[in-house]
Amino acid sequence: MKKKGMILFIHLELIVASIIVLVPVFWIIMSSFQQESSLVSATLIPKSFTLENYRRLFVETNYINWFWNTLKIAAVNAVFSVFIVMITAWIMSRFQFRGRKTGLITILLLSMFPTFLSMTAVYTLFLTLGMVGNPVSLIIVYIAGAIPYNTWLVKGYLDGIPKSIDEAAYLDGCGRFQAFFKVLLPVSKPIITYCAVSQFMLPWMDYILPNMLLSSSDKNKTLAVGLFSMIDGKENSFFTTFAAGAVLIAIPITLLFIFFQKYLVQGVAAGADKG
Amino acid sequence: MRKKAAILSAFIWGSGQFFIGRERARGIIFFLTQIAVTAVEFFTGYWPEWLMGQIDEFQIRLYGGFFTKGIWGLITLGSNPGKDHSMILLIRGLLIIFVLVIIGGIWCWNIIDAWKSAEKRKNSVLISENGFRRKYAKLFPYLVLSPITVIFLAVIVLPIICCVLTAFTNYNRDHLPPGNLLSWVGFENFRKLFTIPIWSDTFLRVATWTVVWAVTVTVLTYFIGMFQAMILNSQYVRGRKIFQTILILPWAIPQMISLMVFRNLFNGQFGPINQILLDMGIISEKIPFLTDPLNARITVIIVAVWLGAPMFMVMMLGTFSNMDQSLYEAASLDGAGRIQIFRYITFPLVFLATAPLLVMNLAGNFNGFGLIYFMTKGGPTNSELQFAGDTDILISWIYKLTLDQRMYNMAAVMSILIFILIGAVSLWNFKRTASFKEI
Repeated sequence: MKKKGMILFIHLELIVASIIVLVPVFWIIMSSFQQESSLVSATLIPKSFTLENYRRLFVETNYINWFWNTLKIAAVNAVFSVFIVMITAWIMSRFQFRGRKTGLITILLLSMFPTFLSMTAVYTLFLTLGMVGNPVSLIIVYIAGAIPYNTWLVKGYLDGIPKSIDEAAYLDGCGRFQAFFKVLLPVSKPIITYCAVSQFMLPWMDYILPNMLLSSSDKNKTLAVGLFSMIDGKENSFFTTFAAGAVLIAIPITLLFIFFQKYLVQGVAAGADKG
Repeated sequence: MRKKAAILSAFIWGSGQFFIGRERARGIIFFLTQIAVTAVEFFTGYWPEWLMGQIDEFQIRLYGGFFTKGIWGLITLGSNPGKDHSMILLIRGLLIIFVLVIIGGIWCWNIIDAWKSAEKRKNSVLISENGFRRKYAKLFPYLVLSPITVIFLAVIVLPIICCVLTAFTNYNRDHLPPGNLLSWVGFENFRKLFTIPIWSDTFLRVATWTVVWAVTVTVLTYFIGMFQAMILNSQYVRGRKIFQTILILPWAIPQMISLMVFRNLFNGQFGPINQILLDMGIISEKIPFLTDPLNARITVIIVAVWLGAPMFMVMMLGTFSNMDQSLYEAASLDGAGRIQIFRYITFPLVFLATAPLLVMNLAGNFNGFGLIYFMTKGGPTNSELQFAGDTDILISWIYKLTLDQRMYNMAAVMSILIFILIGAVSLWNFKRTASFKEI
């Protein structure tokens, strides 16, 4: 009898928890098919279904532009961040040189300073260089920002790979870079995946930096900035269009997350372990 | 001999190597570096004209070279309102200091090198081909890291130093470059923050709420995550995969999207939650979820827990599966009950494994800008507070001070305080981990 009660309780709890999780998700999906455009009319189950919001999203807003802007930034960011982080971590893990320990501790300390606290200075810096409004400036900040935390993470991973495999490569006549690219990189696939995916996902949902560094014209916004501008007003009269936009972007990012879940969880666990 | 070489090189770079160490090529390279640095300063300024007596009154602002002008800018922050942009002068000055530090490094290297070359000559060691290769191997890490370091210094370190320096200026909406000049005010802003009532009151209240918020959210997410993981881990669960996939969703869905959805879901006037509660007759008038101070605080905490718990759930599921089953068997053989097993075995083990994550999460919530800003924008606004609302945490207050109020100096002071606090906690957390001892 006791066991039966337990089973009942467990499943009841799971169902309640699932409902709590799913209600907002369900509501935003339903809202995106709603006929009226404002929040007032966005009830849990719409009276009639329509694809009008999706049409408006593509025709009346710059959603497609926002999407492409973000995709470009995300892709470039992922590639370059991974490359730079891997090289830095490789040097830190495999070479002994003066200043190594100081360097590692410095980047660790600096990684605790949230990038956006120094945003006015970043802004002025790019203003001085004439790069405000240029997506390249945003990418540079992302890449540099990726260095501290990820370097520690990857260094920890590389430390776990026995040094004998690089030594074998050197004996076979590989140069340093050859040994790195041909031997170390292939065995670091899990951590590369983690860095690449997390760096790729970052620009999609970052608000502060793109809001500041990209030009204010609506066409040049990234997705997060664009979406937030749709609901920032008091009346939320574009609410259902926002819902459509949110659903469209949340689906691929969520799938990406679930698909790479194993690597992401490993990455978080390693991150906690390394500091 | 060695001393003489070092002293020679200190004044004329490379001369020690050239004359005493008999390393001609190296000496010349060092000497050329010195010439180049001097030439840059000399010809970017009006030094030749000054030497020829064409300038009566020498002003660094007008006639200084690359380096002197840069340092002048950093010290004075400009002297001609409307023409000198203090912020740009500050950043340029910092850049030039960086360059000077590098040049200083080369100068030191040059002296040490002169010393060594004199020593080598004394012991008449010949430099072989092998020596060059060894040199390259020694320099390799620096060669690879230097471009990365430059980017890092420029984009991360420079702005941070700049931000720190701003705390000691009067950079605010009353002094906006280029129209106005900034000036150094020492610790005036720190004094203001702690002694002027409106600032100190706001700071104290916002800081208190930030701590309450961070601790509550972290503890709640931690234990709810743990509870959920234990339920999922139970042997009786059917359809575990489905439940797990559903329950992980809040972590997987982009956080900003979820926050924007919640913001509307809890909208006091038009939000559906109020509507449903009204329709069901549970409440008779709409609850101001986000506009009443206490309600808003509770709502943001609930939403933060919704977002954060799945992460701990997943991490703890991982810990559970790594745990030694024999411990449990032994415990139940000894007659330990469910609660005892949890209290003395499961919890200590899980806590040990997840403690670093807990501290990281605490620091994350402390600086959880998005969680507050996208839900309430810090609101409801409170007129008793200096530009802060009731749900504002330190970091969102800083954001408002910077972007909306242009109180850059006060924002910088607060940034420094947060940095010290978070840095200390995280470093303490990190120092206890194994990887710190390994470096």
